Amino acid sequence: MIRTNKLVFEYIRRDEEGNVEGITRAVDDVNIDVKPGQFIAVLGHNGSGKSTLAKHFNALLYPTEGEVIVDGMNTQDGEKLWDIRQEAGMIFQNPDNQIIGQVVEEDVGFGPENMGVPTDEIWERVDESLRTVNMLEFRKSSPNHLSGGQKQRVSIAGVIAMHPKCIIMDEPTAMLDPNGRKDIIRAARALNSVEGITVILITHYMEEVIYADKVFVMDKGHVEMQGTPKEIFSQVEKLKELRLGVPQVTLLAHELKKSGLPLPDGILTKEEFVEELKKLKKK
Amino acid sequence: MLRDITLGQYYRTESIIHKLDPRVKIIGTFVFLIAIFMVNNALGYAIAGLFLAMNIKLSNVPVKFIFRGMKSIFFLLMISIVFNLFLTPGTPILTVWKIKITKEGLKIAVKMAIRLVFLITGSSLMTLTTTPNNLTDGLESVLKPLKIVHVPVHEISMMMSIALRFIPILLEETDKIMKAQMARCADFESGSIINRAKNMVPLLVPLFISAFRRAMDLAMAMEARCYRGGEGRTKMKPLIYKKRDMLAYLVLGLFLVVCIIFGRILF
Amino acid sequence: MSIILDHINYIYDEDTAMAHPALIDVNIKIENGEFIGLIGHTGSGKSTLIQHMNGLVKPTSGAVYFDGKDISDPDFDRKALRAKVGLVFQYPEHQLFETDCFKDVCFGPKNLGLSQKEVELRAYEALKQVGFDDDYFYQSPFDLSGGQKRRVAIAGVLAMKPEILILDEPTAGLDPKGREDILGLIKSLHDEMGITIILVSHSMDDVADYVDRIIVMNKGKVAFDDIPKEVFRHRKELEEIGLAAPQVTYVMQELKAAGFDVDVDVTTLDEAKNEILRAFSK
Repeated sequence: MIRTNKLVFEYIRRDEEGNVEGITRAVDDVNIDVKPGQFIAVLGHNGSGKSTLAKHFNALLYPTEGEVIVDGMNTQDGEKLWDIRQEAGMIFQNPDNQIIGQVVEEDVGFGPENMGVPTDEIWERVDESLRTVNMLEFRKSSPNHLSGGQKQRVSIAGVIAMHPKCIIMDEPTAMLDPNGRKDIIRAARALNSVEGITVILITHYMEEVIYADKVFVMDKGHVEMQGTPKEIFSQVEKLKELRLGVPQVTLLAHELKKSGLPLPDGILTKEEFVEELKKLKKK
Repeated sequence: MLRDITLGQYYRTESIIHKLDPRVKIIGTFVFLIAIFMVNNALGYAIAGLFLAMNIKLSNVPVKFIFRGMKSIFFLLMISIVFNLFLTPGTPILTVWKIKITKEGLKIAVKMAIRLVFLITGSSLMTLTTTPNNLTDGLESVLKPLKIVHVPVHEISMMMSIALRFIPILLEETDKIMKAQMARCADFESGSIINRAKNMVPLLVPLFISAFRRAMDLAMAMEARCYRGGEGRTKMKPLIYKKRDMLAYLVLGLFLVVCIIFGRILF
Repeated sequence: MSIILDHINYIYDEDTAMAHPALIDVNIKIENGEFIGLIGHTGSGKSTLIQHMNGLVKPTSGAVYFDGKDISDPDFDRKALRAKVGLVFQYPEHQLFETDCFKDVCFGPKNLGLSQKEVELRAYEALKQVGFDDDYFYQSPFDLSGGQKRRVAIAGVLAMKPEILILDEPTAGLDPKGREDILGLIKSLHDEMGITIILVSHSMDDVADYVDRIIVMNKGKVAFDDIPKEVFRHRKELEEIGLAAPQVTYVMQELKAAGFDVDVDVTTLDEAKNEILRAFSK
């Protein structure tokens, strides 16, 4: 679905007078391959290059070197630009700064309007998208009166209405409270499993990635680690080095192991944890 | 709450005027404006006044709500009356010391006052009965012919509608920044005018930075959702004339004709 | 130093059609040297509550006493109050405005009318207290990372030498390491400088490890006000109001249900670890 080939992105830093201060390599030699229908998580601390990487996936940024292929289309192919942006939808961090319409349903219709979808079909798409994210009852509301989590769900509906094959979520929960966060992750998982949309979730909350098919961990523009959540979270010390943490249960299991209990690495949920302890007890 | 401020003061209620197509209301306001500047006798003003009163009645907007808007132009109204009253040369009807009021002055003053009041009432009736959204849509459509002379009509109306969405957000943000600085003992209320202006810097800098940030984020979000200007764009809620809109145009036409005949030509 | 909130009621948008109560009969006493976690989800009234403590918001009814004096008295020095009750808002972007970090931190003490020398001394001290690198002193605050911005914002309030420091969601938007750093900093301000701390958060996990008292707000009322152990004992009620106890508390509960002999009242990771090790050593 999305493939990057030796992707490098550099930007030039300038001082206040506009003189070149230096060049920053925000993304450095990244090779990833996302298969259709996967739920992918990209982890990394602030400034690790994960958002810059994400913006390459729908041609908001272009590679300095290497290439990005979205569903067989090269993002640098100007003619395919709008097809790529339609197929790979994007959700951003700040819920206020991505809602354009003054009424929920009008915002959801914004994408299809831009694509030139006929009026009747826009209405169908808006209905169906708002229903998918469970926001149909708020269709006539002003976005200003919604909570952060609800606003993010409107944004997701706005992307679904464009019928994408893939949704890239760039830290969609960073500005939300725990309830809003849960809502969004639930919506993302449902999109992936029910609608079969490829989801790429960029985040620094560890609890959000335990259900992903594959996790990429970024640091200084590189992909530093990759694998299943279990594989990633069994390397607690390495994650700490990368300014990241692990879910509390994983950390507890890790600490117990250090204290001498023979627990396996990479325990992700409390159910797993209890099971493992039970096994230990029987011995 | 600051988030509830609506610009243009839309008054939410059900009425035939509310339901009219925004283009009818924009053009109607314009026709009314032409009419009140065309007529030049009492009968004409009476007809225009009657027409306005009828529309207010139909709109279900409380009269006091409409005249609340008058307060802000009271000063302007007074100036216009005073100037016309005392500075128009002609036959004096009343002389006090060196100031004289002329017959012509009185006439013009009354005329200007009536025109101004009608003008403000008419246009506020339009904003009171049309949602900001509809208004921008209507304007875009009415101004479409200007595209020929390269006026970016779509862009202007898009900017208006984004501004309308962000004004409440920025107002709330202003409130938050003010409180954050007041927690650091900033003083926004006392001091001389120059000092007060200086004291606004800690408020304005974060506000501007935030506004620019929002603008950049929004531009990126719009691009990500395939926004590429007005070309090839369809509408979710296209403006379609209904029967009542045609009827309204007919009434408007009639009104203009009657105004011109009775208010200007006949008498 | 003490703050007493006595029967505070606050009605939002009074005199309008949208009037609704934001705080209902709130009674809280804050003593010198406490480390308090103030928890509640969005709209629970916690932000309105903290703005009462430094007089930014006036209660509709009820009174706020600082050191026994009613802060609504006409001759009460509100400027001095705001210096003594430091309030750091959620987003540092809302207060940073100067061309460099040092000048920005000077803003607070300057408003107190101190001499230039004293102002700069305090700013220097405050930046040191938050562990801010000398190299960044004269850099624009807008070029800093999220964590560093937050440090400058905290320093900006610390420079007024507050006796109590209230921080609204100081870790919002930070990555795990950044979160840990800021929380560690706040703890050291409490432990080493003896500043009374009120940490506002919607995450129990964040506060459980640090605070010695938790106040839970729900729909404008104080739902719980106790030591963490006691508050987390009300798991059911906490869940009903959309909050949760720390994750380890749930783990311990499940272990207990699975037949392990463990104490379900633990709230921190270390306690949980020791509890499980104890159960296994038997």
